[in-house]
Amino acid sequence: MRILVCVKRVPLTGGRMVLTDDERALETRHLGFTISPHEECGVEQAVRLVEQHGGDVTVLTLGPAEAEEQIRDSLAIGGDRGIVLATGGEEWDPQATTGAILDAIEAERASGGAHDLIIFGNESADSGNYQVGIRVARALGLPVVTGLKGLSIEDGFARCEQEVPGGRDVYRIPLPAVVSVLEGINLPRYPSVPAKLRARQKPVETSTPERPEARLEMVRLRVPPGQGKQAEVLGNGPGAAPAVVDVMRELGVA
Amino acid sequence: MIGAGIVGNSIAYHLARLGWRDLVLLDKGPLPNPGGSTGHASNFIYPVDHSREMTALTRDSVDQYAELGVLTVCGGIEVARTEERMQELARRMASAASWGVEGVSLVTPAEIKELVPYIDETVIVGGFYSEGVGVVDSLRAGTLMREAAQESGALTVSANNEVLGIDVERGRVGRIRTSRGDVETEAVVICCGVWSPRVAHMAGASIPLTPAVHQMIDIGPVPRFADAKSAIEFPIVRDMDTNMYERQDGSGLEVGSYAHRPILHDPDEIPSVEEAALSPTEFPFTQDDFTAQMEHALELMPEIVGDESVGIKYAINGLLSLTPDGMPILGETPEVKGLWSAAAVWVKEGPGVGRAVAEWMVNGESEIDVHGADVARFHECQKSVEHVKARAAEGFNKTYGIVHPGEQWESDRQVRLPPFYARERELDAVFFEAAGWERPHWYESNKPLLEEYASRVSERDAEWDARWWSPIINAEHLATRDRVAMIDLTAFCIFDVVGPGALESVQRVAVRQMDVKHGRVVYTPILTPSGGFRADLTIMRLGDGHFRVVTGGASGMADLKWFSDHLAEDGTAQIVDLTSSWCTLGLWGPRARDVLASITSDDVSHEGFPFATFRTIEVDSLRTLASRISYVGDLGWELYVPIEQGARLWDLVREAGRPHGIVPAGIGVYGTTGRLEKCYRAHGFELDGEYNVVEAGMAWGKVKEQDFVGKEAHVRHREEEPTAVLCTLTVDDHTSSNGQKRYMLGGEPILTREGAPLTDRDGRRSFVTSAGAGPSLGKHILLSYLPPEHANVGEALAVEYMGERYPVTVERADSTPLFDPDNDRVRS
Amino acid sequence: MVLVLVEHDGGEVDELSLQAITLARELATGEPVSALLVGAGGREAAAPLTAHGVGTAHIAEGERLTEYAPGAWATSVIELVDRLEPSAVVAAGTNRGNEVLGHVAARMDQPFAANCIQVTGEGPLEVTRMRWGGSLLEEAHLHGDPALLSVAPHAVAALAADGADAPAIEAFTPTLDDADLLVQVAEHVSTETSGVSLAEAKVVVSGGRGVGSAEGFGILEELAGLLGGAVGCSRVVTSSGWRPHTDQVGQTGTKVSPDLYIACGISGATQHIAGCKGAKKILAINSDAEAPIMASADYAVIGDLTEIVPAVTAELRKAGGP
Repeated sequence: MRILVCVKRVPLTGGRMVLTDDERALETRHLGFTISPHEECGVEQAVRLVEQHGGDVTVLTLGPAEAEEQIRDSLAIGGDRGIVLATGGEEWDPQATTGAILDAIEAERASGGAHDLIIFGNESADSGNYQVGIRVARALGLPVVTGLKGLSIEDGFARCEQEVPGGRDVYRIPLPAVVSVLEGINLPRYPSVPAKLRARQKPVETSTPERPEARLEMVRLRVPPGQGKQAEVLGNGPGAAPAVVDVMRELGVA
Repeated sequence: MIGAGIVGNSIAYHLARLGWRDLVLLDKGPLPNPGGSTGHASNFIYPVDHSREMTALTRDSVDQYAELGVLTVCGGIEVARTEERMQELARRMASAASWGVEGVSLVTPAEIKELVPYIDETVIVGGFYSEGVGVVDSLRAGTLMREAAQESGALTVSANNEVLGIDVERGRVGRIRTSRGDVETEAVVICCGVWSPRVAHMAGASIPLTPAVHQMIDIGPVPRFADAKSAIEFPIVRDMDTNMYERQDGSGLEVGSYAHRPILHDPDEIPSVEEAALSPTEFPFTQDDFTAQMEHALELMPEIVGDESVGIKYAINGLLSLTPDGMPILGETPEVKGLWSAAAVWVKEGPGVGRAVAEWMVNGESEIDVHGADVARFHECQKSVEHVKARAAEGFNKTYGIVHPGEQWESDRQVRLPPFYARERELDAVFFEAAGWERPHWYESNKPLLEEYASRVSERDAEWDARWWSPIINAEHLATRDRVAMIDLTAFCIFDVVGPGALESVQRVAVRQMDVKHGRVVYTPILTPSGGFRADLTIMRLGDGHFRVVTGGASGMADLKWFSDHLAEDGTAQIVDLTSSWCTLGLWGPRARDVLASITSDDVSHEGFPFATFRTIEVDSLRTLASRISYVGDLGWELYVPIEQGARLWDLVREAGRPHGIVPAGIGVYGTTGRLEKCYRAHGFELDGEYNVVEAGMAWGKVKEQDFVGKEAHVRHREEEPTAVLCTLTVDDHTSSNGQKRYMLGGEPILTREGAPLTDRDGRRSFVTSAGAGPSLGKHILLSYLPPEHANVGEALAVEYMGERYPVTVERADSTPLFDPDNDRVRS
Repeated sequence: MVLVLVEHDGGEVDELSLQAITLARELATGEPVSALLVGAGGREAAAPLTAHGVGTAHIAEGERLTEYAPGAWATSVIELVDRLEPSAVVAAGTNRGNEVLGHVAARMDQPFAANCIQVTGEGPLEVTRMRWGGSLLEEAHLHGDPALLSVAPHAVAALAADGADAPAIEAFTPTLDDADLLVQVAEHVSTETSGVSLAEAKVVVSGGRGVGSAEGFGILEELAGLLGGAVGCSRVVTSSGWRPHTDQVGQTGTKVSPDLYIACGISGATQHIAGCKGAKKILAINSDAEAPIMASADYAVIGDLTEIVPAVTAELRKAGGP
């Protein structure tokens, strides 16, 4: 089966959000980057499905040229080829992102055939817009299920599971289809050294799409005011246990 | 102590042990792991280094770690992929023998395979095995040391406390300002690793290091390590030719690299604890820089690294500190009294440095001589950020490199140019750098001398011996002794001690009597409190309260601080650095007087201008300070003129020398061949804190009445039997097993003919302190301290070089020169 | 007017939808607010909505709407939008709310701003929305008509409003085709949960890198058990394989809102705080007095958690348990 996974390069943040001077981006000078968590699991899921059913996995990203790093990381855990839709690092809103991805999918169809399954992360860790997967599915006329914690393929159907209070909701949809997954659907593997070296040789195409006008137009970013908390130190070491229990009693939990 | 990494904790511990109280240890991060380099260090220790000082600090550290119960000995192997590297490993074997490190051996690929079964022995040609290699829990060690100091009541600890400022009053540390309040203090030690330059800057002092990255990854779980009962059960491997190491870490394998492009960071760029995703010194991994390293690791350990089930679990660019010359930065800063540095220290020497710095603070000196790491050693031009970065970057990839003892730096050259520079270039000088100065080491234009002296000068067969050397040096030497030479000595450090208290000031540090007539130049040792050598230099008396100190560029700045620290307390003496005001041209050889007489009408006859005196003469229109001493061991003078007149002096001397066959000669002659034939000792080679004046054979004349630093110890040393005797040896036969003639370069162990090491009763091994040609004698000369029972003229011994033994014979067991033993030429 | 998609279950309106209605009212600035309820039980649930300022409740009914199907719900919204021409459509930022509006946005080719905490202005709307699970805010212009937006859970307090007795009820049956129902819940699987669910627990005892290993969680399990709470963990812990992802608290894990959240050996990365800031009170147990979590904690105990946690358990037992 042919699977396409869409990933996004996001910074690895620490304990504090620091903005650039123009307040339009996070200051990433000291930060490393990674694949947004839900999508990382999406790549792992795609690789597992192909290990089971045969086929190939293409990993695609819209982002700065440096996002090739995330593509290579995806190839190192089993992806076969990559596509980088290179931007100048500026913001692309969900509709613009969708458009660029659709163009790439169209090009893929023309050259290698349509995908059986397109996997997105449910929402990206940074902008969290929750919609690109749905938009792409809609434009392609494909069914889409979101928020998956379980995904398997049987006889041309995707069995999709969502976690709900009390258990799981199950959907069965025919392929080709689009899904968005949540972290926790699997535990992604660590790449081995040989896999990392092989990944450097796998094909990655780059193109530079043009960005249309934003319709959800980011104006600036803001760090929310701290809750202004000053943690009251109950004590140091095990000797603070009685003070802790007092607090618990006050709160009615003990 | 600012900084609670391995160094800060160790200093606190040792200061408390030495009796100091009211100690405060601060760190802006939390404890036990404040987030500095100690927290992510690879924590393994190889005992052998080509530097005696570093080896001694490492050995002491290992002992301390063992005492704290945090040392796991696992052994280590430096593997070679090339024959050139095998030769280097043989050198390391020799250094081990010189410094007395035991349990080392050269091993074959098959033997390595037995020790490290997961290595592919077909990619290596051999290795250097050291059974004493171990790993330590440096965090735990630091914690134990800190807690011990706290328990004794000597130490208060304040974590999460950032130093915001250091107040300096009248050149002395007075107070530090922190995020939790101010602390009045007389002594501050900056031991905060990569943050040290920033903190020093708060006080107006300089700690010239740069934060730099070294990459490491952790892969696992490794099937072979699945049942590991401890963190490490296999020897650590250093893959020298690829600048990498691999070590077991529990169920994983840690792979580290010093091979990538140097990645230097600005101290101001280091993130705070909250901004950093990991710790402030664990930077995001840059994948591209590690690609080649993955391939090398795969080649060397395919069983583990090539196992598809073994994943890369952790990868960082870890920060550590690099200095321009690769040595740590220790001691009281020259800029601010009471402000100490203990920075750019690796885990392997951490506790040893802690002890040394504590001893230095409390006793005025450390047991292990650490002058090579003295913070005062830097010249101003070496403290600039650009210089530090350039040299650190250049040095980084040599971390496991094969570094020739004579190897020259390439980056940031041509910073300090002598006034003779243009002339020297015209003469095709081959420049070596010292203290930032470009100095001719020899002159290619002297090539014709090779023909003139063809019978007495030859090439060296082995490429290593001939590197950074030329037979022209030996030819220059012969021409000097036959005729006359002019030598650029502008790299001298020169400073004047002036004022009514000047005599008292120099008297208290010099061994020799300094209350001499004006016009006398005194060559004197300068001692440490325990009677070892701090320096050796010359002092001229220009007036009642005016002395001029001339010392070598390498140690000059540290010497300046020493004199400065010992100026008369009542402020009646000042010290002035005149290094950049004067240049020096040496003029020596049997025809030196002829040359000088032809350009001055002043009396330069032997009677008119006795040895060891100086005076101002007029050389053409230049008023020149001429000093009749000679490190080359021939008749002649050091000529000093103001720097702006140097070019003129050069031309005058050269012109005047022409009819006498004058040659320009380089430091190859001045620093090696000339002085070795005369058995003149050199600081940093024969003379350092570990050996005393008697052992060095320099206890001439009576001990002066006046007090001086180290007098008590010196007097005692004169009364005792020396533990070792500095001898001069020559090589009997240079022929190696493959027929090549080999030439020792220094640092090699001296052994009995049967190959047993020589150890004095203080446990010090005999090794070559200086080696070089004695062209006038046709011999290769080695200086070495020998145990008294072997210090006999005619004693037959051996030197080990590149894995082979060569016969040597003791020619002198005192300081009598080999060449011109009665010093007729010098005093002619 | 502003239309609000209201979620309901068993005849009761979801709390988060009430919050969405409150924001819709602010946005409407006096204009009418209508609600849309889809599926069985809508009428019943709609009854009390005037207390929140809803004028008219539109009920989408029909057999084919019994089980949730995002496409069908989206069609219901779009039909109503075509008819009523609201200036904005608001939903709660729940999985369903975001999913349905995502579909609506895709079909109407309109922008959609998810998880807003504040909305002002008119054409284009100025929205403030959550990024990084709430650790960062984005101010954006929403160039859409109608404006489609969802409200971040618990960003807005549900406020009552003066209103008449009950909203006007208008029922309709949306025209659905097969495509709308292709994606529909086929099966419910119940999972036997032993113990307290993380999302519901009143006390959560959570561990991070400082716990050291999977075995290290034993002391946390003991304390949680004693308090009738659940065990949680940070992402570092799940990535290391010490605990399953179902225990993970954070932006990409479970968002919890216990009365007391005890963070043991957790440094306080923003993505973790995003998951536990809903707690009434947070107690941090950490050796670092200035770990980032301290800025979000109400109480702290500084020291080694392997000593402190058992001490607390022992103290609780001493007094005869909770």
